[in-house]
Order: sequence, then C-alpha cells, then structure tokens
Amino acid sequence: MTVTNEPDELEGQFAQWRDYVRRRPELAASDADELEDHLRNSVDELTAIGLRSDEAFLVAVKRMGGLDELSREFAREHSERLWKQLMFTGDPVKASPQRRDLAAMLVCAAGAAVSVKAPELFGQRYEGEGTFYDTNLALFALPWLAAFLAWRRRASIKVYGVLAALFVLGAVGANVYPVGDESQSVALTASHLPIALWLVVGIAYIADDLRSSRRRMDFIRFSGEWFVYFVLIALGGGVLIAFLGGTFEAIGRYPETLIWQWVVPCGATAAVVVAGWLVEAKQGVIENIAPVLTRLFTPLFAVALLAFLVAVGWNGSGIEVDRDTLVMFDLLLAVVLGLLLYSMSARDPLAPRGTFDFLQLALVASALIIDALVLYTMTGRIAEYGTTPNNVAALGENIVLLVNLAWSAWLLLGFVRRRRAFAVIERWQTAYLPVYAVWMWAVVLLLPPIFHYR
Amino acid sequence: MRVTKDLVAASATPIVLGILAEGDSYGYAILRRINDLSGGELDWTEGFLYPLLHRLERLGHVEASWQTAGGGRKRKYYRITEQGIAELAEQHRQWETVVDALKQIWPGAGDFRPLMAPGGGTA
Repeated sequence: MTVTNEPDELEGQFAQWRDYVRRRPELAASDADELEDHLRNSVDELTAIGLRSDEAFLVAVKRMGGLDELSREFAREHSERLWKQLMFTGDPVKASPQRRDLAAMLVCAAGAAVSVKAPELFGQRYEGEGTFYDTNLALFALPWLAAFLAWRRRASIKVYGVLAALFVLGAVGANVYPVGDESQSVALTASHLPIALWLVVGIAYIADDLRSSRRRMDFIRFSGEWFVYFVLIALGGGVLIAFLGGTFEAIGRYPETLIWQWVVPCGATAAVVVAGWLVEAKQGVIENIAPVLTRLFTPLFAVALLAFLVAVGWNGSGIEVDRDTLVMFDLLLAVVLGLLLYSMSARDPLAPRGTFDFLQLALVASALIIDALVLYTMTGRIAEYGTTPNNVAALGENIVLLVNLAWSAWLLLGFVRRRRAFAVIERWQTAYLPVYAVWMWAVVLLLPPIFHYR
Repeated sequence: MRVTKDLVAASATPIVLGILAEGDSYGYAILRRINDLSGGELDWTEGFLYPLLHRLERLGHVEASWQTAGGGRKRKYYRITEQGIAELAEQHRQWETVVDALKQIWPGAGDFRPLMAPGGGTA
C-alpha cells in the first residue's frame, strides 16, 4: 500500500473538480463555492463513518450526479447566464480597469464630437458649400480612435509621434492642394484618405508589438468587428433620428438644424470611437460576428461568381467596362478578399483542410478570372481614351487586390494539396497590409499633382 | 415507494420555507433535514435544491449571505424573509385544504378497495 498525503490529495481533487465546474457557463463562481461546500460536507460525513478520503470524495461526487444534469437544472433557473453580457455586470475585481477604459473612451468620443464641429468657428459649414467636410471627415474621428487605442496599449512616445505625423500628413493631403470643387481628386481623397487613416489606426492598435504578424491579424479582426458594431450603432442612430424628427414634426417643429448639423455629424464621429471601445471591451466575451458572416456568405458568393462566369461564357460577349463598373469590380474583389480574410482570422491554423477551403479556393479563382476579363477590357479603354485620376486610382486598386488574391489563390492551392501550412497564407495577408497603405497614400498625395489637380 | 415528480415539485417550496422558518440554514443541512423528515423517501438532488433556493432568493422569499464556517470554508446561508413567511402561511393554508379533503375521502390507510369491481366484460 502506498502512503499518500491524504489532505493534499483531496485538495487536488477538489481543485480539479472546481475546474470542471467553472467551465460550465451555467454555473457561476458563487455556485461553485456553494456546491463545493456541499461536497465537502458530504465528504466529511463519509469519512466520519470510516471511508478513506479519496473514496469519500468519489462517493460524494457520484451522489451529486453528472455535471451535465446539474448544469441543465441550473440553466433552467439562470437562463440569462447563457447570454454573455458585455457590460454592466462582470467581475467586481476587474471593474476598475474597465471603468478607466470607459472614462478614456468617453473623453475620446466627446473629443471627436466636439472636433467635428470646431471648424464651424472658422466659417466652415457642415452641409454647407464647399468640400471641406467631404475630404476631412475621417480626420475628425480616426485620430481620437487612434489616441484611445494607443493609450490602452501604453504606446511609446515614438509611436505617438509617428501617429501624429501621419495624421498631419493626412490633413495636408486633404487641404493643401489647390483642387477645385469639381475636381476628381476631391472624390478620390474623400474615399481613399479614410482607408489610409484607418491603417494608421492600425499602427496604434499594434503599438505594443509593431512587427508581430499575430498582432496584425488581430487588427484585421478588430476592423471587421468594428465595422459590424459601427453599422449596428448607425442603425440605432437612424431609429433615434427618425423618432426625434417624427415627434417634433408632430408639434410642427421639425428640428432640421439639430438633426443634420449636430446629431448626425457628432453622433457618427463619436460612434467611431465607441465602436472601437466596444470591440476592445467585448474581445473574448462574445463570439466574433464577422467570421460568422463570412461563413454564411462565402458559399453564396462562390455560387454567384461561378454563375456569372458561366453566363459570360454562354453569351460570348465581353464585359462592358466603364469607370463605374470598374469600381464595382474593385469592390467585388475587396469583398472576396474580406471573405477570405475573415474566415482566415477565425480559423485554427493547425486545423486540417476541409470542404470550406476548397470553397474558398473556388471563390478566389472565379473572382480572379472575372477580374482578368475586366482588366483586359479596361487597359484597352485606357489605351484608347487616355488616363484620368479616377481610372488610374481604380486600376491601381484593382492591381493591388489582384496581386494579393492571385498569390493567396496559389498559397491556398498549395494548402489544399497539402504542400503548405496554413500559417503561410496568414503571414502573406498580414505582410501585405502596408501595400494597401502605400497605394492609398499615393492616391491621396501623389495623384492630384501628377494630374495637375484635375 | 417513490414520490412522483409532480408532487415533489409542488411540495418543494413549502418544505424549504418551512425548514428555513425553523432557523437559518445552508444547502447541505437542508437536504439532510428533508431526508430525515421523510425517512429517506424524499430524495432531492443537488440539481433540484440549489436552483430552487436561487429561485426563492430571486423571488425575495429568502435572502442569502456568505459566512465563514469551520476551517475557513465559505458557506452560503439562507434566511427566510417576511415575504417568505407570508408565502409559507399561504402555502400552509392551501395544503391544509388539500390534506383535509384527502382525509375525508380516504377513511383509513391501506383501505383502498373499489366499491364495485370493474366490469367483467359482459355487455
């Protein structure tokens, strides 16, 4: 017979049991305490009638019944526990950093809301003449989000310096060039500067580890979740505005200025920060929704694109391409890339290949073939009519996305043929992020002078 | 003999409130007491008792507090509230009515013989 240190062994068994109990979402920490006390009473009683402590433990656990059944019973009384709550509850122990985050977020959101109205002091009107707000809007919201993230990451002074310099550069690109209101460059800056600045926010996000591929992937996840939260907040805001307008209209006073000059611009810029804070706060609390959406839509998009290819082949006609359709195909490529990225962001890199990987490959391949057709007609058009800022920008985006997707397709093919590890594809995507930044900044800063501010 | 599930469920609240009316107690002791009271016939599981206690707490019939028992153990004690006492009185009244009615139609224990034998199948 081996002599064991019985009390220690018993404590180990209790610790293990607690561990199992705590994994059940239905059973809160206080339930575990209560049940443990119960179990200990049981064990005490059994040892008092002569059982050894390990035997007593086994009998007591057995009497309590299976954890499955126990948690089912608890779930009937505490069904709310199966819905993870994002805030307003939670561990009192963790409350103080949460409160500090909340305070910082409120400061940044208020700053964003105030700053978007500040230019009015200098005669710029939101919803007024001119294009000031078209090109500058992102510059009022994103620096505050970047500030919040950098503060959370305890970024170094150097990172703060880089962030500030890049936002100043963005402000220069949006305001210094002598472009007329009708210039194509205005629309290009309005659409490209926000993306360029979003990637600057990315620098703030990965401030704690700038070179890490994992952190960059986290930023991709953050972007997807941020987008979903922003859309949800925007929907809520729409409902608020509808009622604000409707109720006041009922007393004959439609608050047009209040809604369009104050609620919408201030709310939207503040929502940028709030959405970022939500993603940070709920990380690990709630399932990421972006990967779920990609799972739903990857097969549907794959089928749609394949159907389009079949139709093109059947008709035998080429694709009619003007600038608008080119932009649409750019967006299509961006969507395909998004589908690829977000299913990747949720994938376990060590999981074996499955049907979904084949589906993705089919999706990317059909997108590539369509894009090759589009590019072919587009280059013909440019050769015929010459270049404009718009079609150079659209073409450039197309090439940037095409290169990414083509190489992704190649890597995916290697993966489904078991020649490559999945992590290679992930690294390719994260390493490619600066390329988008370079192109977006080039459109904002270089295209206007090259085309003489047309 | 096993008490049916429906009957256990119906009698659970008055039993627990009744035990707590005798004095503050905790889960394990309540279970032991129920066992003693019923001579082992009422065999409640932990999965039945604790969610019930939590429900009574949510409804405000009992209130709970954590106390340190021997050996530094944390133990959750339950205490019946004013509202719980009122609920117990109400349940008591209802059960009396049921038991009275049952006693009147059941003259003596073990005395169940149908007055008429079921039909022999002749028609």
